[in-house]
Parts: sequence; C-alpha cells; structure tokens
Amino acid sequence: MSSDGYADTRSQFRPGDHPTDHFLLTTVVGSYPKPKWLNRAKELAEDEERAFDEENLNEALDDAARLITDEHVRAGIDAVVDGEMRRNEMVEYFADRIEGYEFNGPVKVWGHNYFDKPSVADEVGYDEPWLVDEFEFTTGVTDRPVKVPITGPYTLASWSFNEHYDSEAELAYELADLVNTEIDALVESGARYIQIDEPALATTPDDHAIVGECLEHIAEGIPEDVRLGLHVCYGDYSRIYPEILDMPVHEYDLELANDGYEQLEVFTEPEFDKDLALGVVDVHTAEVETVEEIKANIERGFEVVPPERLTVSPDCGLKLLPRDAAYRKMENMVQAAREVESGLDAGEITVGYAGE
Amino acid sequence: MTEVLATTPGLYPLPDWAKEELAELKGHQKDDLISGDESAEITGTYDRVRDELVDWQIEAGLDRIVEGQARWDDMLAHPLSVHENVETRGIVRYYDNNNFYREPVVRGELSPNGDVATELSASDATQAILPGPYSLSELATDEHYGDDAAFLEAITEFLAAAVDSFPPVETLFLLEPSLVTDAPGDGEDERASEAIDTVAAATDAEVVVHTYWGSIPEKPYAHLMDADVDAIGFDFVTDHEGSVYNIQEYGTKDDIALGVVDGQNTLVETPGEIADRVEWVRDQVPVESFDTVYVSSNTELFYLPANKARTKLGALAEGAEEVSL
Repeated sequence: MSSDGYADTRSQFRPGDHPTDHFLLTTVVGSYPKPKWLNRAKELAEDEERAFDEENLNEALDDAARLITDEHVRAGIDAVVDGEMRRNEMVEYFADRIEGYEFNGPVKVWGHNYFDKPSVADEVGYDEPWLVDEFEFTTGVTDRPVKVPITGPYTLASWSFNEHYDSEAELAYELADLVNTEIDALVESGARYIQIDEPALATTPDDHAIVGECLEHIAEGIPEDVRLGLHVCYGDYSRIYPEILDMPVHEYDLELANDGYEQLEVFTEPEFDKDLALGVVDVHTAEVETVEEIKANIERGFEVVPPERLTVSPDCGLKLLPRDAAYRKMENMVQAAREVESGLDAGEITVGYAGE
Repeated sequence: MTEVLATTPGLYPLPDWAKEELAELKGHQKDDLISGDESAEITGTYDRVRDELVDWQIEAGLDRIVEGQARWDDMLAHPLSVHENVETRGIVRYYDNNNFYREPVVRGELSPNGDVATELSASDATQAILPGPYSLSELATDEHYGDDAAFLEAITEFLAAAVDSFPPVETLFLLEPSLVTDAPGDGEDERASEAIDTVAAATDAEVVVHTYWGSIPEKPYAHLMDADVDAIGFDFVTDHEGSVYNIQEYGTKDDIALGVVDGQNTLVETPGEIADRVEWVRDQVPVESFDTVYVSSNTELFYLPANKARTKLGALAEGAEEVSL
C-alpha cells in the first residue's frame, strides 16, 4: 500500500524500457471507429442470400480487433484496448449476454438516431462470460498491457426499461454483482486494468451514492493489484465531487478538454487523493490537437495531481471520429506525454500541484 | 353520468420501417432534421406514417385520435424549430431524459405559421396536440423579445394563432411538463396561467392542460385553476400522492385527464390495472363526479419501442372500457 492508503497499481504498466524517470500512463477510454469493411461484413452476415456466415463474421471481427489493437500499439499507447470492435453499443452488447434482458426494438435518442433500448423483463443473471474472449484475444495480439472497459451497472440499469425490479437502484445492485463475477473471470484470465464506464451518472448526478454502492459490490474480493477506474463524462462534476473520492477505485477518468478545463477547479478542493485520468483531447471535433496544445492540457492536470498520479487519456471513446483523426489524436497525445515526461525529468516543467 | 375517453398525449414513435426510411432520406445529423420545407419524397413518407399511426389508434379503439406528431424531430420544441425566424443550434437535453433536441433560438418575430395546422388537416385526428406556452418558452432561447414576460407573450400569441387555424377537433391537449419540472416562480405562475387561458380561448374544442414528471407545486397549481380550460391532466404514474393532494386542496375542473399508463416503460399495464387506477383516483377526490375522464398515458409515447407503444394503446382503450364510475 502507498502512503495514500491504496495499493500501487500503476507501476505494473510502466514499460521496462521506459526512457524517462517520470511516467505518465497513457491510455484510451475504449471505443474506436470501426473499419468500413467491418460494417460491410456485418451487412453481408445479415443477408441470408449470401454465403457469408457467422464464422466468416467472427473472422472479420478478429481481424478488426487485431488491426485496431495494432493501431493503438503503433500510436504508442501504454495500456491498450481493441477499440471495442466486437461491441455494437455500450448497453446492447451487455444486455445481449445477461439473462433477464429482452429487446423490443429501437427507440429514439435524437433526430433519426436510435438505440435498441433493452427491457429487464425478468431477474437478471450471469449466463456466459461477457468480455473474457475479447480480453484473451487482445492480449494474444500484443505484448502491451490491455485495459478492459465495462459498461457500469448504473448505466446498464438506467439506460434500460425496468419491468421487473422495484427500483432502478435495486436493479443496478443486482447488475453490479454480475459485473463483479465478470471481473473475477477477467482477473483469472490475467486482466489487471478494469474501467467501469458510467456515463448515465452525468444525467442524474444526485445518484452518485448509488454508483458508489454499485462499486462496493464490484470491488468485492478483487485482488489489490487490479487497477479499477471509473469513467464519467459530460456532467456537472461539482455535483459528484468530492463524494466520488470515497468510491473503491484507483482512478477517475474524466472528460475535461471538451469545455477547455472549465471544470478543472472543482477537483482542487478538497485534495484529489486518487489517480486522475485526464481527458486531454476532445472527441467531439475531428480537428486534431497539436502536440503543443496537448502538452499544455496535460500540464493542467498537474493543478490537481502530481505526475505520478496522472494518467493521460482522451475525453471519451473515439468511435464517432473519422479513423485517421482518431489515430492522429492518439499519436499526438502519446508524443505530448513523452515530451512532458522529459520536461519533468529535466526540471523544465514545474508542477503546480494543488496538494503541495 | 361520466364519460370515460381513452386518449394519448401524442408524439408517437415512428413505425420501425419509417425509422429506417426517414434516416436514409434525411440523414442522421442535426442539419438533416425537419425544417418545414421537406422534399416531396419525405412528405410522402410522413403521409404514410401519419395514416399508419391513425390506424394504430383506430384499431386499438381509442376515443380520441391524434395525428401522431411523427414530424416532431425536436419533440415539444417542434413548432418553433420549423419557424423561419428561429435558428436551431446545438443538441440539448430534453428534460431529464436520455433524449435530445435542437435548441431553438428565437431571432425574430414569431409570426403565425401554419405548420401544425397543415399536418393536422392531413389526418383524421379528432384531438390536437401542442406544447403549452409555458413549456415551449422554457424549451426555447430568446434573442429577440428581451425579457421572459415578453417572450412568453409572443409564444402565447404564436400558439393561439396556430390553434385558431386548426381544422375542427374535439379536444386540444396542451402539454405543460415544465409546470412541474421547472415550475414558474412568483408572478411567472400567474402569467403562465394567463398564457394558457389565451391559447385555450382560441378554440371551441375541449382544452386539456396535461402535466407530467411529477405534480405541479401548489402555487402554480392554484393559478392554473384560474385558467378557463376544461381539464387539467395529472401524472398518476410518477406522483399519485402529489396529484391527489392538489386535487384535494385546490379542487380541479369538471373534466380531468389521468396519466395512468407509463409512457416510459415497456411493461404493459393490463386493462384491469388501468381501470383500477382510474377508480382509485375517483375514490380519493372529493368530487361528486366528473363530466369527462380522459384516460391516457402520462407522457408522450416516443420513448417506447413501436410494438410496446401499440400494445399500450390497446390496453388503454380496454382499460377505459372497464372503468365503472
């Protein structure tokens, strides 16, 4: 355990040949634009008149996962993902694998954008592993550590129709137990970096206590060296901070670049005593930030945590960007992190850390 | 003798074929959404959608038929979104839902336009749907009129002109969820009530001011009772206690609308449950009898998958049949 009272889960992700003393862990939130041919392959697999079957589609998914994992490696990301190539959508994918869920058809989100919002029609249950195959495949195609993003139980509950449970909270706690079972299986397969995604918390920030209780269920019995993170985006953080600090996770991954760090100050008081995964590139503009711009963004993070507790990450999943923009954002992000590390080593960058 | 009528607050989900067809014809981005000058092809699709949504209601046996508001990409903000002096900007959250609409920014005079009247005339609807003036003013941004009171007045006149140009209908539902979610403060509550009164005066139809996502705070409710409307609608799904309290404390109109079917959950109520809920309300309130009871979903129906929305219509009609008052 470190002096802060929680285990050091970060140093295991530092590459053996890392060139600088300082290490800013670089990672991504998870989703990535799918190659166009993968969408075509899915259409072919749905077309019954074609000979392209399930097996062909699985091969295409493997190819996409390998390709996009490589793309993360090539960009220099320390803890990589497969870009969630096998996941159609962040709730649907899991609902499809959890007992008790059913699908009735798409519902409107806005304009002509729809979401296959599932219904919990019966008691939820754990039937088959959700992500173990995805994780094992990804670790099989790279030597880098692999991070596993999982849609959190609160989001799974609130972005579903609840036909069965008395309250959304009750459903969320049941789902949290299933997430815990899944993490057990992932850890068994070697996973050491798990990120719980709770975007629904932004809509209903007053429910942070429910998310906290969910995380207690999730973290139950998980080994100390497994790094747990929580990703939240596009909300009013003053309504969840500092309460979130009590949650049993090591790292908070936050969207902050989108509005130019307007909300950064929220995290300076009281002291942010966990790790901060700072969003340093905006995922809602295809314009690629320069290395210099990103370096300045990274340095904003030092207003909240010292370098040894700063993780560098995009604001959110990259999947809505054109693929080349997504790649160049990652590439510039890594280069910026490496230059900031050198600057820190050389004493050229001073840290205005609030905790000092 | 109480008349029990099964109806809905409109804004139906598109049939699944139309979701795909319109996404292909129009596109997925915010600039692709409805602007009031859609092509003949898009108009043709909406005509077919309108006919289908009316068929759903007739087959289900509803007593009031709505046009379905399939064109309302921006939900209750629609009447402004298609106005020539309104600019639609970024995507903003629609109340406390995981739904979004384009922020309508009023940049010039809200001259009357016949958008809603035109679609109403194209259908066999017997019930018109409009946002209430207060909710519409809350959903929009004003960059022309200068202050809240003047803006509300302009929106009120705009809606009254729209109502005045409607073809004959039996009922007009004015949807006013903002009276609950962003309840008007002192002074504003009285103006909101007067605004509703002005819009209601523009039609000979029965006017129902329908509210949802909780119950209206006491003071705005008391003011709303001063408006010359035929019924107030209550959300008995999300807040039956608050709704009953308002009725017990301040009374209600001779007619009443009861949101007893959940417009935001796929769990389909049985006709028996629906009838029980209506009878339960009757037992709670100190009213001899209502002239008309509108039995409805609490919210618009677009939150639901099309199949479930349709099943709920059948349950509503059957439930209303089973009510004995």
